[in-house]
Amino acid sequence: MPVAYFLVLSALLFSIGVYGVLARQHAVLVLLSIELMLNAANINLIAFSAMLGDAGLPGQVFALFVIAVAAAEVGVGLAIVILIYRNRRTVDIDEMSLMKW
Amino acid sequence: MADTYLQIIFWALFVMMGIAGIRVVTTRNVVHAALYLVATLLGAASIYVLLYAEFVAWVQVLVYVGAVVVLMLFGLMLTKAPIGSANFDNNQRLVAAICAGLLFAVSSFIMVRAFEGQEIDFTSTEGTTVQSVGEAIFSIYVLPFEIVSLLLLAALVGAVVISRRDEAEVED
Repeated sequence: MPVAYFLVLSALLFSIGVYGVLARQHAVLVLLSIELMLNAANINLIAFSAMLGDAGLPGQVFALFVIAVAAAEVGVGLAIVILIYRNRRTVDIDEMSLMKW
Repeated sequence: MADTYLQIIFWALFVMMGIAGIRVVTTRNVVHAALYLVATLLGAASIYVLLYAEFVAWVQVLVYVGAVVVLMLFGLMLTKAPIGSANFDNNQRLVAAICAGLLFAVSSFIMVRAFEGQEIDFTSTEGTTVQSVGEAIFSIYVLPFEIVSLLLLAALVGAVVISRRDEAEVED
């Protein structure tokens, strides 16, 4: 089975994530789109790992690290979103222009 | 022959993940977006199983579907997002769609060109890879593994500190 199939699937998921980050206004929905992009990267890692056979084992290990870092990112990200909601009563990222020059 | 079955499974997953992924970024109901994300993540886990990465697949199910999506739903609940249909898109949808489409075209073109003729040999791997992944994590990659655990601890403490109310605020 050609490895390119998996790479196209990963490119599709990544592009959907990019669209979500650009077009969504709700901060939690932007975080959901970022998860899509991280998953696309993971699919790439696993596909290359399978392509290389036994030599590709680090691909699986790095996919595990990506999952762990993504979990940390979601925790801190949601804490920030909740804090912003508490202070400003909105999670609309187009209205978060406080630090914009 | 086995390859034909794998191809059928793969394309079924491809279509499922594509539709669910597009629904994540287009649906007007925030809870539905999170649930469509679950479908996409489970599809990714199935892809991992297809590629002999069972351990990563189960970590995906436990961490993503079990923890991250639940966290997201809590985030939606605590920010009192309007659950019904509301417009969560800004006015750059067309530009965003063009950007994403171009990115998909360019990246898939480059990937297909670069890895043309490279095959995944499903007969070379036999049995499970869980044992070798465990050995790799606790021998060569033990330092990054410990650093990741420290990072998770720091993120946990940081999230608690950030989202906790100040003492003065509580007294008001």
